[in-house]
Amino acid sequence: MTSKPYRLGESFGHAIDRSRRVNFSFDGKQMPGYAGDTLASAVMANGQRVFGRSFKYHRPRGVVGLGSEEMNALVGVGEGSRHEPNLRATQVELHDGLVAVSQNRWPSLSFDIGSINNTLSRFFPGGFYYKTFMWPQKFWMSVYEPFIRRAAGLGKAPDGCDPDTYEHIHAHCDVLVVGGGVAGLAAAEAAAASGARVIICDENPQFGGWADIADGTIDGVAQSEWAQAKVQRLSEAENVHVLSRTTCVGHWQHNSLILFERVADHDPALLARGTPRHRLWKVRARQVILATGSIERPIAFANNDRPGIMLAGAARAFLTRYGVAPGSSGLVFTNNDDAYQTALALKQAGIQVRVVDSRSHVDSQLPTTARKAGIEIMAGSAIAAVESSFGGLDVTGVKVAPYRKGSGRVITETRIECDFIAMSGGFNPALHIWCHTGGKIRFDEALQSFRPDTHHDRIAAVGAANGTLALGGALNEAYAVGEAAGKAALPKSKAARPKVPKALQEVQQALESLWFSPATGKYNEGNKHFIDFQNDVTAADLELAQREGYESVEHTKRYTTFGMATDQGKTSNLNGLGVLAEATGKTIPQIGITTFRPPYTPFSFGSVAGPMTRQLFLPIRRTPIYEWHKSQAAQFEPIGQWRRAYTYPKPAEEKQASIAREILAVRNSVGLLDASTLGKIEIKGPDAAALLDRVYSNMFSTLKIGRCRYGLMMNELGFLIDDGVTVRLGEDHFLMHTTSGGADRVSAWLEEWLQTEWTDYKVFVTPVTEQWAQFAIAGPKARDVLRRLDPDFELSNEAFPHLSMKEGHLGRYPVRVFRISFSGELSYEVAVPANLGRGLWDEILTAGQDFGITVYGTEALHVLRAEKGYIVIGDETDGTVTPVDVGLDGLVSKKKSDFIGKRSLEQSFLKRTDRKQLVGLLTEDPSEVLPDGAYAVQEVKDKPPMEMIGQVTSSYFSPTLQRSIAMALIQSGRARMGETLSFPLDGKVVKAKIVDQVFYDKEGAQLNG
Amino acid sequence: MLIVHCPVCGAEGDETDFHAAGEAHIRRPATLDPEHISDEQQRDYLFMRRNPKGLHFERWRCDRGCGKWFHAARDTATMEFKAFYLATELPPRELMEQATGEWVTFFKDKLKAAKTK
Repeated sequence: MTSKPYRLGESFGHAIDRSRRVNFSFDGKQMPGYAGDTLASAVMANGQRVFGRSFKYHRPRGVVGLGSEEMNALVGVGEGSRHEPNLRATQVELHDGLVAVSQNRWPSLSFDIGSINNTLSRFFPGGFYYKTFMWPQKFWMSVYEPFIRRAAGLGKAPDGCDPDTYEHIHAHCDVLVVGGGVAGLAAAEAAAASGARVIICDENPQFGGWADIADGTIDGVAQSEWAQAKVQRLSEAENVHVLSRTTCVGHWQHNSLILFERVADHDPALLARGTPRHRLWKVRARQVILATGSIERPIAFANNDRPGIMLAGAARAFLTRYGVAPGSSGLVFTNNDDAYQTALALKQAGIQVRVVDSRSHVDSQLPTTARKAGIEIMAGSAIAAVESSFGGLDVTGVKVAPYRKGSGRVITETRIECDFIAMSGGFNPALHIWCHTGGKIRFDEALQSFRPDTHHDRIAAVGAANGTLALGGALNEAYAVGEAAGKAALPKSKAARPKVPKALQEVQQALESLWFSPATGKYNEGNKHFIDFQNDVTAADLELAQREGYESVEHTKRYTTFGMATDQGKTSNLNGLGVLAEATGKTIPQIGITTFRPPYTPFSFGSVAGPMTRQLFLPIRRTPIYEWHKSQAAQFEPIGQWRRAYTYPKPAEEKQASIAREILAVRNSVGLLDASTLGKIEIKGPDAAALLDRVYSNMFSTLKIGRCRYGLMMNELGFLIDDGVTVRLGEDHFLMHTTSGGADRVSAWLEEWLQTEWTDYKVFVTPVTEQWAQFAIAGPKARDVLRRLDPDFELSNEAFPHLSMKEGHLGRYPVRVFRISFSGELSYEVAVPANLGRGLWDEILTAGQDFGITVYGTEALHVLRAEKGYIVIGDETDGTVTPVDVGLDGLVSKKKSDFIGKRSLEQSFLKRTDRKQLVGLLTEDPSEVLPDGAYAVQEVKDKPPMEMIGQVTSSYFSPTLQRSIAMALIQSGRARMGETLSFPLDGKVVKAKIVDQVFYDKEGAQLNG
Repeated sequence: MLIVHCPVCGAEGDETDFHAAGEAHIRRPATLDPEHISDEQQRDYLFMRRNPKGLHFERWRCDRGCGKWFHAARDTATMEFKAFYLATELPPRELMEQATGEWVTFFKDKLKAAKTK
C-alpha cells in the first residue's frame, strides 16, 4: 500500500486535536492518530484502506459510510474479556492504547484463502445455502455444519466474564427527540421553550449531524456554528437532558423507547474509575420526534465494492472532519446535486476530481459552481467498470460510458485513472424507528424513496427523516412539530415561542433514480453489482431470486439474505427494491418494503443484562434451616427459587452411598427432613369448604375438623396441576399444602377463580409458606423421638391416627403436628413458626440422637416416595395426564356436581382405554437403572423410527429393595400387567416387566403402625 | 410496552407489572348448569376464541399491585386501551356498541337488556 500523505493540512480536520497524539494498534500494527479521530479515519490516515473481508466471497473491503450505516469496516475492539466484536470502525472513537482487529479473514487481510470463493462465485448464486446444503441429510452434522460455521460468523466472542458494569435507567419525559442534527436541535428548542421536559439524544459524540459538511447558513452563520450554539443552550437548560453517544435502538408500543448510551468506551480512564461501560435508557415519552436524518444510497455499478469506493457524504466528512484524504485522484459518481459539495471540497483540498453524473442535464447552482471551480463534469454518464490492482485491494481507474435511463448495454467507454470513487445515489430517510411499531410509509417520487406517512402513536418525523432535505423546510417543520409537542405536554404554558431562524441555501436540482449502472460486456459478465455489501448480495442474485419465483420481497430477502446482516439493510434496502422493480417491470411501491425491526444498530448484551447479573439475577429463597444445611456440607439443588438440600454426604462418602444411608435410616430407624418449602395456603371463610370442593377432584366439605385429606387439583382440561394434603383446622378454616414449586401458582389460581367465577364466595386465601418451618420426622422410631421431645404430647395410634392433626406444644414450641407421610413410614410433620424453626430443629436432633436420627435430603425423599408408588406432579405428570391416567380414579368424586376439570374428564378422548397409564417397572437385570424419560417401543428395530408406546417417568435404585425400580406411563399399561417391554438405549436394549407401581409395603402396615 | 391502568387500585405501569390472560367475558358452562353441557359447548368454552382486528375485550391482572383481576378494552391494531373496568362488569355501553365481528352478537342482548332497564 502507498504511503502518501493522507492526512491533510491544518485547514482540514476540525474534529481532531493535532496537539494530542494517540497511539493505537490495528491487526497488531502500531499506528499514530489524533484525539477526535475515529478508528476509520485514523487507519485511513495511515494509508490503509482494507478493513476486512466480505462474508461470502471474502473480497477485500474498505470504509464506505460515515457512521452507523457502515457495512464493511466491522472490527473487533479490545482484548480478552473486554473484546467486543462487530463494531463499526466509523463509530469507534480513538483513544490511546486502543487495540482493534479486522474480522472474517484468514490468514491475513491482504491474503485470504477464503477469497477462492470469489473465483468460484458462479457456484455461489443467490439461495446458495438452500440449494447446496440440502442433501444427503447425514452430511449435515459431519460436513455442512462445520463448514458453514468456519466460513461464516462475523467476529469472535470475548474470552471470559465481562469485568465491566452496566446500568439501566428508567426515564420519563414529555418529548424525546431522536437525532441531534439541525432539525433535531430545532425541534428540541421549540419543545423545551414551553417548559416541557425534553430528552435529546444522538448516536455521535458531537451533535450537529451533517451540519459541518452541508452548505447553507442559518441566521447568517454556518450550519455547524448554529448547531454548536444550540447544543450549548440546550445542555444549560434545566428541563433538557442532552445525551451524546446514545443510539435509539427501538420504539415500542405506547411510546416506549430504548436508548443505548456508550458511556465509557471512548475513555479507558472512565472505566478504570468504575464508570459503567454502557447504559440502557428505558424511556417513556409523551411525544416522540424523530430527527434521525437520512442515509445516503450507494450506486450499483460493476465491482462497486472495491476499497476506495465510498459514499460521497462520507468522503466529504473524512476530509473536513478528520483531515483525511480518501485518495489522491478521485471521481464523484452521482445522480443528485448534493455530491457536488464533495467534489468542491476535494478540489479545495487540492485533490484532483471529476464528476460523473447520470443525469443528462445539470445546470443548477452547485454543478455550476463546480464547473467554475474547474471541475470536469461528465453528464449523462455512468461507471461501467472499475479497474483494480491484483486481488482487488484498491482502485486504479474506471471506465465511464454514456448513460441513458432504460438503456441496458454499454457500447463506448472512456478510461479514467483515479484511486478513489465517491458515490451518491440519493438519500433515504432513516425510517427504522418510525416503522418499528407499524408506522405507515409512502413512496415519494421526488426523493425516489419512502417517507413517513401516518402513525397511531404520538410520534412525528422532521427534517431529512421526514424526507425534507432542504434546510429551510427542515427548520420550519422542526420548529412547528417541536412547538406542538411542547404544547401537548403543557397546554397552559405561556412561554414565548422561539423565533424560527432564517435559512439560506442553494436550491438543488431533482435527482434521477439510478438503481443499476450497466457494465462492460453483453451480459455484465464477470462483474458484481453489490446491493448488500455485508451479505455479499448482488443485483444478479436478486434477479435470479425473482426468476426462481421468490416474488414477494420478504421471500427474496430470506432467499438471498439481502438486508439481513448486522447493518439490517441500511444502505441496501431501497437499492434492492429498485433492482427488483426494474427486473419485474413493477414500481417500487408495488414491490413493497421488508419489515424494519429493532434494534436500529446492535447493542451490547451487557447493557441488556444491566445490573441483573450474578446474585441479582434471580432471588434465592432459603428455609430457616439453610445455615445448618450449609454447615453439614449438604449438596443443594434448585427447586423453583428455593435451594433445597439434596443429600448430606459425610466426609469421603460418595453421593450415592449417602443417599442410600439416608433412605435406610428412614426405613429402619428414623429420619428428619426440612420440608419448610412445602407450599402452605390458609383458606378461611364461610365458603372455604365450597371452594375446596370446586378446586379439588375429591370432596373436602365432608372432612372432619382435625383431619387431613390428600387432594388432586386439575385444570379445566382435566389435567393434573397440583396435589397435596389439606387439613381442616376449623369449620370455616383450612390449611392447604401444595407442591414446593406450586405454592405461588396455586394461590394465584384460587384467587383467580374467586375473583372471576365464584365472585359471591366469602373466602380469604392467604399464602403462609414462609411463615412456617416444617419438618418431617419419619421412620419406625418417629414416635419415640417426639415422646423424648415432650412426653405429654398424646401420640398413640388411637388418639392420633394417620391423616390427622394436633395443635399444641412440643416442649416450649407452639406447633401443629400432622400425621401424614410421603415416605410410607410412620411419619409426623411438625410445623412451627418460622422464627422458632432452627431451635426446634436442633432439639429434634438432640432428642433423636439415641435413635440414630438421620437428616435426609430431597433425593432420599424422592426414592422413598417412588418405592411407595406415590406420584410427583411434574415427574409422573406433564400437563397432559389425568387423575385416571395415574390410577387415582378413586379420588375423582362421583357425588359432586361440579369441580374444575370434571366435564373435560367425560370427553371421549380422555376416556379412551389406550391412553398412557401409570405402571411400575422392574428391569430384568436388577442392577440396571433405566434413565428418566427412556422410551418403551412396540417392537425393537435396527434403527428408528420405532413405534413408541410410553416413557419412564421416575427411575431409581432402591436401597430398601436392593434393586432398580421405575414408574412409567405406558399405553394401556394397566391391561399389560406382567408384560415385558423393551427400552432401546444407546447401544443396548433394556427389558423391564410391567408391575404394580407400589413396590414397598402395599398394605400400609408401616404407615399405620 | 403497553401502559396499563388498574381500575381497582389505580396503579398505572408497564405491561410487565401486569398479566394479560386472553379474552374476557367467557362464561363457564359448568357454573351455570353442570348437568347439561354438550361437547360443543365445552369445546367452545375451552378453546374457541375471538381474534378481532380492532376493538377487543381482555382479562388482565394487577400482578405487582393489588393482585386483582380486571377487564380492558383494547384496539388490537393501534394497541390503544379504550377502557379498564372491573372483572364483574360489562364494558362501557358505547364500547359495546362500537364492537365489531363476533362481539356484536355477544353484546346484542346485553345492550337490549340495558335499554329496557
